[in-house]
Amino acid sequence: MGTLWFWIVALMLTAYVVFDGFDLGVGIVYLLVARSESERTQALRAIGPVWDGNEVWLLAAGGTLFFAFPLLYASAFSGFYLPLMIVLWLLILRGISIELRSHFADPLWRAFFDVLFSLSSALLAIFFGAALGNVMRGVPIGADDYFFLPLWTNWQTGSNPGVLDWYTILGGDLALVALALHGSLYLALKTDGKMESRAQCLARRLWIGTIVLTAVGVPATVLARPASLNNYKGHPVGFLVPLAVIASLGVIRLCIAKHLRLAAFLASCGYLASMLVGAATGLFPVLLPAVGTQGQDLTIARAISDSNTLRAGLIWWSAGISLAAIYTAIVYWRFRGKVPKQAEGYGH
Amino acid sequence: MDTLALHRIHFAFTITCHYLFPQLTMGLALLIVVLKTLALKDGDERYDISARFWAKIFAINFVLGVVTGIPMEFQFGTNWSEFSRRTGGVIGMPLAMEGIFSFFLESAFLGLFLFGEKRLSRRMHWLSAFLVFLGSWISGLFIIVTNAWMQHPVGYKLLPNGVFEVTSFSQLLLNPWALLEYAHNMCAAVVTASFVMAAVGALYVLQDREGPYGRIFLKLGVVAGIISCTLQVFPTGDLHGKFMAKNQPTAIAAMEGLFHSEKGAGMVLMGQPNYETETIDNPLVVNKVLSFLIYGTTAAEVEGLDHFPRDQWPTTLPLLYYSYHIMVGLGTWFGALMGAAAFLLWRGKLCSSRWILWPILLSWPLPYIATTAGWMTAEIGRQPWLVYGLIRTSQGYSTHVTAGNSLFTLLGFLGMYTVLSMLWIVIVYNHIQTGPAVAEQPSHLEPVTA
Repeated sequence: MGTLWFWIVALMLTAYVVFDGFDLGVGIVYLLVARSESERTQALRAIGPVWDGNEVWLLAAGGTLFFAFPLLYASAFSGFYLPLMIVLWLLILRGISIELRSHFADPLWRAFFDVLFSLSSALLAIFFGAALGNVMRGVPIGADDYFFLPLWTNWQTGSNPGVLDWYTILGGDLALVALALHGSLYLALKTDGKMESRAQCLARRLWIGTIVLTAVGVPATVLARPASLNNYKGHPVGFLVPLAVIASLGVIRLCIAKHLRLAAFLASCGYLASMLVGAATGLFPVLLPAVGTQGQDLTIARAISDSNTLRAGLIWWSAGISLAAIYTAIVYWRFRGKVPKQAEGYGH
Repeated sequence: MDTLALHRIHFAFTITCHYLFPQLTMGLALLIVVLKTLALKDGDERYDISARFWAKIFAINFVLGVVTGIPMEFQFGTNWSEFSRRTGGVIGMPLAMEGIFSFFLESAFLGLFLFGEKRLSRRMHWLSAFLVFLGSWISGLFIIVTNAWMQHPVGYKLLPNGVFEVTSFSQLLLNPWALLEYAHNMCAAVVTASFVMAAVGALYVLQDREGPYGRIFLKLGVVAGIISCTLQVFPTGDLHGKFMAKNQPTAIAAMEGLFHSEKGAGMVLMGQPNYETETIDNPLVVNKVLSFLIYGTTAAEVEGLDHFPRDQWPTTLPLLYYSYHIMVGLGTWFGALMGAAAFLLWRGKLCSSRWILWPILLSWPLPYIATTAGWMTAEIGRQPWLVYGLIRTSQGYSTHVTAGNSLFTLLGFLGMYTVLSMLWIVIVYNHIQTGPAVAEQPSHLEPVTA
């Protein structure tokens, strides 16, 4: 039961990164790719009907984590207090900049929210990457299962790390570049004209950045926490996951070259998903590794809720997520294809 | 200020600001469905235009509700980690269900509703409005289930390590406290939306602008207002009060300012509680009414605060007393105002009676105050407990998050929400000034669609 819920939460977080990842990515490349007012409106309309639903994956994953692994939720959320609050502030700024921008036609008003949207999207990507880095590296869990992580200490991994060190910053950079690529591919798929070709062109460069940072980041994880390799050594079939990472990167490049927009975007989804599945495989059955000598790893066995809760949870979770999948499919189907220039929504 | 107090203010401040938005959107979602239904039934374009006008106000409030709402789920873990660790298996469930059953529904169909009117048939567009309404009301239900378990825990087992587990899923969801609280709270949301809609209508009629729209908003606002204001008092408020008297007698005693147990207890309409002499200063009391309201007979004894040990009295007693009295006082005003307006509407004189349009216009902020006061009554009344009778508030907060860190983020939220509220005022004001009729015409200000 614990293993099942581990993968359910991992799946939901993966869904969050794949879905919200592209609208974060649109935000990151927004100022570069969407230059004129009509292009910016078109870029925003490309994510307008879906960004809020994409963000729901984060809330739903958070709630699921809360009831399935209360100890992890309590320990990690209070331990990552400062970075989480910063993420919340960034989510607030980003949400309002998407929605408030169109309410006044004043160029200054719009320019302000354009920059705010892009900046908060980029910082969110960095923080999410760094967050994953923190989980992969481990935190100084105390004997009472709690900890409190400062934003930075000596920028080193080891027994006294901060939220930001060389490894987690590397993770942040990788997330920034990979999500920028993801967003560019989405824009190339959804828009037309100059913006489409700019997005396409940028994607080609970001692809190189993603390859380089992936090639550095994955081995660095083994350096930061050698135990990440244990599952792979025990079950060599696990090496299929890094193979999938490499394969999807290859497919992205091929599809960019052949102008297969949808396939390129889907391959990028595959890249993000296989990176996250690879990370989860490296962790399992640990949820949050401990560094230092005081405390123990937070494992599935120690953090899992009782079986009554989980049994009831499994029933409604399956029903609820099936419904959610249907709504998501309806919305994406209804808004399929390029965003028309004369569309409803922002700026109208 | 000590760490516990800061964590309490942190949650209280962020939730109070957050709930300013959903109380309007939940009520407004219902009123928009009514407008879309009228449009579908009569084929009257004016109702579609009205719905579009309110959908924009809905959208701006919705996004502010979303961005201020995300911190709420996170704060259980960040600021109340001990509480989360012990009760996560119980209250984490309705919180996760809110995300999965309500937010996906709400966000998906809001996207369709706002961006898809031209892509959808009229019926499908009505259905999107309805599903947004359904999603927002389901969301309210799960939050109330969570809160109700803290007010009146049911269907649980306490394990030796202090952790709670669910023994009955149906008891958790059908907690009688939750059903009463939900009914009372959702009526309040409709009250807020009705007052806002009626106020905008009154403004347009008083200014003699926007053609028929002022009258449409005023009518719908007043009709929904009189219904919701009535239901708010009876049966929802009445039943909720009686249930509370049975299960949280200390809270009732403190709310009413009843220091000493009394047979045939009176109800204090006004007066300032004096905690040194344990009396009410400058009291305005209606004899025996309290006994009657709670027990249905004027002779019944109501337990006063003196009946309970001091360590079980709610903390910040005066605030509890005033919150409750503000809620009840405003609720009485709402009933009177909407009653009079509904009478004039029935006589066909509402739009020409400027003397009542003025108070309707000016009263729109009051339901926000009343709702906030109502929630303060519920939450301060629960003190000193986090989970009533089981976990004290002082046992639930994150001890590893120091006062300095908590104050840092509290100040951050204070600043951010100040800016948000200013933006909110500017945008909603601008939208109301633009009006429903003008919004329909292509504007020279809009290079995108022109």
